[in-house]
This record gives sequence, structure tokens and C-alpha cells, in this order.
Amino acid sequence: MQQIFNFLIRNKNNILFLLLLVLSLFLTIQSHSYHKSKFISSANFVTGGIYGWANGVQSYFHLEEYNKRLMEENKQLHNLLAATKDSITLETITDSSSFNSVYKFRVAKVINNNYSKIDNYITIEGGKNSGLKTEDGVITSQGIIGIVDKVTNNYARVISILNSETKINAQLKKSDHFGSLVWDGKDPNMIQLIDVPRLAPVKQGDTIVTGGKSLIFPQGIPIGTIVDFKLDGNESYYTINIQLFNDMTNIGYVYVIENKIKAEIKELESVDD
Amino acid sequence: MTNTIITNTLRFIFLILLQVLLLNNINFLGYVNPYLYVIFLVLYPFNTPQSLFIIVSFLLGLTIDTFEDSGGINAAACLVIAYIRPTILRFSFGVSYDYQTVKLSSTPYGARLGYVMILVFLHHLILFTLEMFDFSHSFLILKKTLFSGIFSILLILIGLSLFKPKRR
Repeated sequence: MQQIFNFLIRNKNNILFLLLLVLSLFLTIQSHSYHKSKFISSANFVTGGIYGWANGVQSYFHLEEYNKRLMEENKQLHNLLAATKDSITLETITDSSSFNSVYKFRVAKVINNNYSKIDNYITIEGGKNSGLKTEDGVITSQGIIGIVDKVTNNYARVISILNSETKINAQLKKSDHFGSLVWDGKDPNMIQLIDVPRLAPVKQGDTIVTGGKSLIFPQGIPIGTIVDFKLDGNESYYTINIQLFNDMTNIGYVYVIENKIKAEIKELESVDD
Repeated sequence: MTNTIITNTLRFIFLILLQVLLLNNINFLGYVNPYLYVIFLVLYPFNTPQSLFIIVSFLLGLTIDTFEDSGGINAAACLVIAYIRPTILRFSFGVSYDYQTVKLSSTPYGARLGYVMILVFLHHLILFTLEMFDFSHSFLILKKTLFSGIFSILLILIGLSLFKPKRR
């Protein structure tokens, strides 16, 4: 017994080092696997509070920009309203902005935004108390931002689309050919759409929108335009470079979308198994 | 003694806030950020028990990680630095370290520069390797280590010369 204690005391630095190293590597590995990074996040009382305080100072410098975006969005909504009144067939307006009541929108403020790393996260002000849930979609008036990943009482962490772990279903606006949205970690304004079948009519400048296969985002939310594209190794799928509509380096306010029937659909799908 | 504790606690808090609120948002050329908080590991008193230093360094890295949502990469990098700092010190300053007489402000400039450079580049290499977590990105890892490292070293050297302890 005495010898064991002596051994522990003599090697206490090494043991301490190894223990903490295993702990930090565990946290690192966990952060690299999707749906598991739950222990350490910036969506807590202290970090959220500090980010919120700092953002309160910074946000004044962007007010003009945010106002412009709001006016632009109002213009679009007014146009849509006018078009809806005039047209005879209401069914023609099934564009991005006319969602049925399956989805509920909430507003949140971005208080921290990363875009220079491989795995980027966004912290927003708004949590359980304002009705946010994990796996809610996050968008702005211009395009998609990411998916809510962890929620605390007053703050939430969002996995940005600029994260190597995200895979979002997206499609061409003109045809219904779809693929997965991934990020290669290079340019924060450029994102990649992979696994688009060769038959799809891909053209430079075409718009990419969210697809209907996702329970997180409504179909038809704008993402970006095609910059260039190439066939992959075995010449059967396209890899497409997309220029985002959103400026990911300056986000401001976001909408958080809740899909009210998500649980029901998931339950239905799990019956098959 | 109490003076040292207070100085290091304040330095700990100040460096974390500076890092997460200001320096992480620089993104020079899109990805180059300085990690000035490493100066805490550079300046931490040489003659304190090493187990305490290991714990404090781990906490420093973990706090930065919590703010950055980066898992445990900063914690791991700081931990390794804390563990091998005595070796680096012996390598940089030679015999005077062994007799616990070395003071950072009174060391020759070349040795001090070497000490800071080894510490920073090692820290950044571990940090970015764990961040990418993929050896197919090794060129990007080296590029980030080099550029962010130079930026950090410059800021740390400026910091060291600005906040020199007063002569008594």
C-alpha cells in the first residue's frame, strides 16, 4: 500500500498530465462527431452572457446594414402580397416565402459567429425560454445559415453550414434533381453541392434551393447560385460550387424555423423498422 | 506570493477575454488569427509546483475551447506545453534554469526568442492538427501553424517588451 502511494506521489505530474490529456482528446474526438458534442459548448450562461454583452456594443455599428436588409425583405413581401391579391389561382404562388402553417418562425440575434475554422458554430441569443428546440432550421431573409444543435435556457448553438459535419438536402430550383450540401473548409462564401446525378440540367448561374427531403427546412429556401461544376471521378455525379446569397461573415438577425409535424413524421418513419 | 496569485488570476481572465472577443475575430487573409493567450504559459512563474501549472493550463485551454466551440483542442495544446515546459526552459536557458535563478526579463534576447518560438510553434502545431483531425490536410495545418505562429510570436514579443516588470 505504502509503495502504491509513493509511486502515485512520485509520478503525480505524469499521471495528472495523462488523465487531462485523455479528457481533452475525448472532448476533441467528440466535437468531431455529429450529434455528440454536447458537453462543452458556448451556449451556456457564462459564455453566452459575455458574448451577448460584447455583441450589445458591436451591434450598433451594423444597424444601417440590418435596416437595409429588412427594407429589402419588406419589399419582397409586399410584392408577394400584391401578387397574391391580383392573381386568380392562388396555387401558382408556391415559392419560397409562402409556407403553410406546418412551420413556425421565431427571431433570434446572432451573438457569436465563426467562419475561419473547419468546424464552425454560431451562438444565438434565444433558447428554451423563447421556444427554440434542437434541430430547428436557421435562415435569414437571404438564405440558410445552419441547424440548431444545442439549446440552453437563454442561448442556443447553431451548427453553421460552414462545418465539415453538416449535410443538408438541396436541389436545383429549375428541376427537382437534388444533392447534399457540404463545405470543403476553404472559402466562407463558397459551398459545395455533391451527388447531383449526371442527368440534371446544371448551368452556371442557376439557383440552388433547399430540397423537400429535409424535415428541418421547408422546401425552396434560397441558398446560392452555381459558380462552376465538374463531374466526379467515375463521371456519374456532379460536384457543384455554389456562391452563397448570405454573407456568412456578417449575419446579424436570423429566423429559427420549427417544423411542428416533425415528431409525427419521425414516428411514422420509425414504424417501418 | 499573494501578489503573484492575483497577477496571474487577472492575467488569466484578461487574456481569455482579449482572445475570444477581439483576437478571434481578426481573420487576417481569411484564416490567420493570433493566439496571444499563449503568453500566459510563457510568463507563468518558473518556480511553482508543476502539477498546479498543468491544471491551470488545462483550465485556460478549456475555457478558450468553451468560447470557441472547439471541443478540447486548446486544452490539449496548452496541457502538452505545460507538461514539457521545463524541458524547453532547460534547452533554451541552459544551466541557469536548473538552479532556479532564471528570470525571463533578464535572459539574453536570443535565448528568450528561441524559448517563445518553440513554445508557440509547438502549441499551434498541436492545436491545428487536432482542429483538422485529418492528415490529408497536412499542408493546410503547416500553413496555418506558420502564419498564425508568426503573428502570435510578434504579438507576444510586443507584449513582453510592453509589460516588462519594473526594476527595483
